[in-house]
Amino acid sequence: MTSIVIEPRPRLSSDPAVNTPPIYLDNQSTTQVDPRVLEAMLPYFTEHYGNPHSTSHAYGRIAADAIENARGEVAALIHADPREIVFTSGATEANNLAIKGAAHFARAHPHHGQVRDHIVALQTEHKCVLESCKELEGEGFAVTYLPVEPNGLVSLDVLEAALSERTLLVSVMAAHNEIGVIQPLAEIGALCRPRGVLFHTDAAQAFGKIQLDVQAMKIDLMSISGHKIYGPKGVGALYIRRRPRVRLLPLIDGGGQERGLRSGTLPTPLCVGLGRAAAIAGPEMVEESERLRRLRDGLLRNLARRVPGLRVNGEVEQRLPGSLNLSFPEIPALTLIEAVPSIAISTGSACTSASAEPSYVLRALGLPDALANASIRIGLGRFTTAAEVDFAADALAAAVSRLTEQRDIPT
Amino acid sequence: MRRMMAQAESYLDWNATAPLRPEAAAAMTETLGRWGNPSSVHRRGRAARQTIERAREAIAALLGDTDPGGVVFVSGGTEANHLALLGACRERVLVSAVEHDSVRAVVPTAEIIPVGPDGLVTLDLLDRLLSADRRPALVSVMYANNETGIIQPVAKIAAIARRHDALFHCDAVQAAGKLSLEAGAIGADLITMSAHKIGGPSGIGALVMTRQIDLAPLLRGGGQEYRRRAGTENLPGIAGFGAAAAAAAREISVYDRVAELRDRLEMEIAAIAPEAVVLGAAAPRLPNTSAIAVPGIAAETQVVALDLDGVMVSAGAACSSGKVGPSHVLAAMQVDPEIAASTIRVSLGWSSSEAEIAHFLRAWSFLYRRRRSVAERARAA
Repeated sequence: MTSIVIEPRPRLSSDPAVNTPPIYLDNQSTTQVDPRVLEAMLPYFTEHYGNPHSTSHAYGRIAADAIENARGEVAALIHADPREIVFTSGATEANNLAIKGAAHFARAHPHHGQVRDHIVALQTEHKCVLESCKELEGEGFAVTYLPVEPNGLVSLDVLEAALSERTLLVSVMAAHNEIGVIQPLAEIGALCRPRGVLFHTDAAQAFGKIQLDVQAMKIDLMSISGHKIYGPKGVGALYIRRRPRVRLLPLIDGGGQERGLRSGTLPTPLCVGLGRAAAIAGPEMVEESERLRRLRDGLLRNLARRVPGLRVNGEVEQRLPGSLNLSFPEIPALTLIEAVPSIAISTGSACTSASAEPSYVLRALGLPDALANASIRIGLGRFTTAAEVDFAADALAAAVSRLTEQRDIPT
Repeated sequence: MRRMMAQAESYLDWNATAPLRPEAAAAMTETLGRWGNPSSVHRRGRAARQTIERAREAIAALLGDTDPGGVVFVSGGTEANHLALLGACRERVLVSAVEHDSVRAVVPTAEIIPVGPDGLVTLDLLDRLLSADRRPALVSVMYANNETGIIQPVAKIAAIARRHDALFHCDAVQAAGKLSLEAGAIGADLITMSAHKIGGPSGIGALVMTRQIDLAPLLRGGGQEYRRRAGTENLPGIAGFGAAAAAAAREISVYDRVAELRDRLEMEIAAIAPEAVVLGAAAPRLPNTSAIAVPGIAAETQVVALDLDGVMVSAGAACSSGKVGPSHVLAAMQVDPEIAASTIRVSLGWSSSEAEIAHFLRAWSFLYRRRRSVAERARAA
């Protein structure tokens, strides 16, 4: 049986077959720009390159109009008013602005002498939310990092118990980047609003993929990303409620663009791209979700049949349609990823994928380190085909059985 | 005679934004076609990472021989200025009176370094400000001004800052790509760059560290950009920025021709309107920028009339062109408020042509003569 020893890299590089692009199943990390989005963006790189803030001339006004149109497209997808959308450089900036901006405003302007200096976030939030909270702790704010249930969802009772008269803001990710679970947003909003607590949701993964309604869900602040929804990188947005009004202090000040909340020349083509991506996602969402759900369920069934002990991390029923997080017991995730070079998959968040630490998200679900280290994330997307999913299932199952055999050979 | 026909357009607002260079467009298109998150370990991720490192090298090269490892990509000049002033965590921050709003607004308690009527930072005042208070300081002075094009004596400022152990940050957004910028010559510890002013895309810029400096990040989250700036890298933006920087470095000599065009424009204006004033004419200036005032004709009137004729200029900084109120730059130079209110900014770029300058001069002299005759009739009446 020594013939099945795998020599990962040297042999692969000389094999022309594997130099074709790998099948891309890492759509939570980033997505391909939709050709329709790119087409909408291109004229704003070349013909209409005016500075959108130079409204004294035609070049500037054409760019400004395009940006306002894009703002409307983003707003429409979440039932917001265009004036409630502030463009940022991405979801990381939007999260930083929402959390630090709200905290800094509350400290500078206490409402009727009432001190609100307490923030609640889930332990499983994205790093940029956790790091923003940590920074605020250093400034004297109190932060509660709430545990989640083993299925990744927040317990509403636990959340309610954490709220106090000093609570300023609750931050809960709408759909999770690693495990895909969708939190009960409307229920969380209903807990926050009557208590005067701001509800922020990081919707980088959810925007454009599931129905979001800032009115019905009583969301006050929502972070949005372009490159997770087949739009460009380098652009995102923050929804900031006007009624009742949410006030923030800006992180980036200067020329006073974006109503003073975010200075800096707006990148017209990127804003147009985000708008177009939102406009495409709206009408196509239902059908696309259904297609992805079928593909994903098929992939899961196929793998479960062939991989003994396969485990799905995070609530199966309440998750993004294209998303899976799977544990392959006793097979280290990085070994598995290396064994299937024809598929681009990851262990979890791209921002931390270079670190060897087990995922803090999977730990928060109660997974032991050995299992957390044996977990991979699969993200199907708009351009994923059924044939690609079948190929991926075969490749993964074959690699698992090879690695299992290897492991079982006494050395 | 003005004719109603397909109108020629002359873009003379390059300090607001420049058109995308074809090299940048090509690099971006290529990158958009092979997407990937640069932090991902898989192949697509690694290819993306390589694109970023190549862009870092091109930008470091445009600044002379700086270390590519010191280039931190951010969302633009405004963010770079914030990262420099806030991230350096110095107790004192001193900024010149003519800085861009994105520097002036960052630290509300910043001390102001005055400029003389020539628009140049008063060096002995800077020296005295730094001597008077020994707390760790950061000095921020722009390389060249966006409204007037006036170039600061940055090497001297750097020497003063160094003598006082102060960090020196230089906003080089307007100078980059128009002047040959050697980091050694500026002597700044931190340099701000913006892509869309040099023919790269908007939405991307860089803070360049010429030596190792501990910077506290402004945006926290993932560990991108050596933990100095979280957020998924704007890959096509970075690729476009890198390509634009390489092209700008290659074609820097074009600005000799631009300077000739600009100088001719100013001479013609002086011939048409002897009372016209070129602000900052006594100081070293960027080769492409003219701040021209004609007392009695409001800047907005000129900008709007020129726009109707297809000529695009501005009344000052683009970001504040929606606002009314006098320019803080001209006020700091003690320019007479009436002159300040009548100042327009004409800024050229690498593809500006003689025809565009002629177009501007035609439209401008038409508006000037009309306003003058109105004023004379009013006086006679």
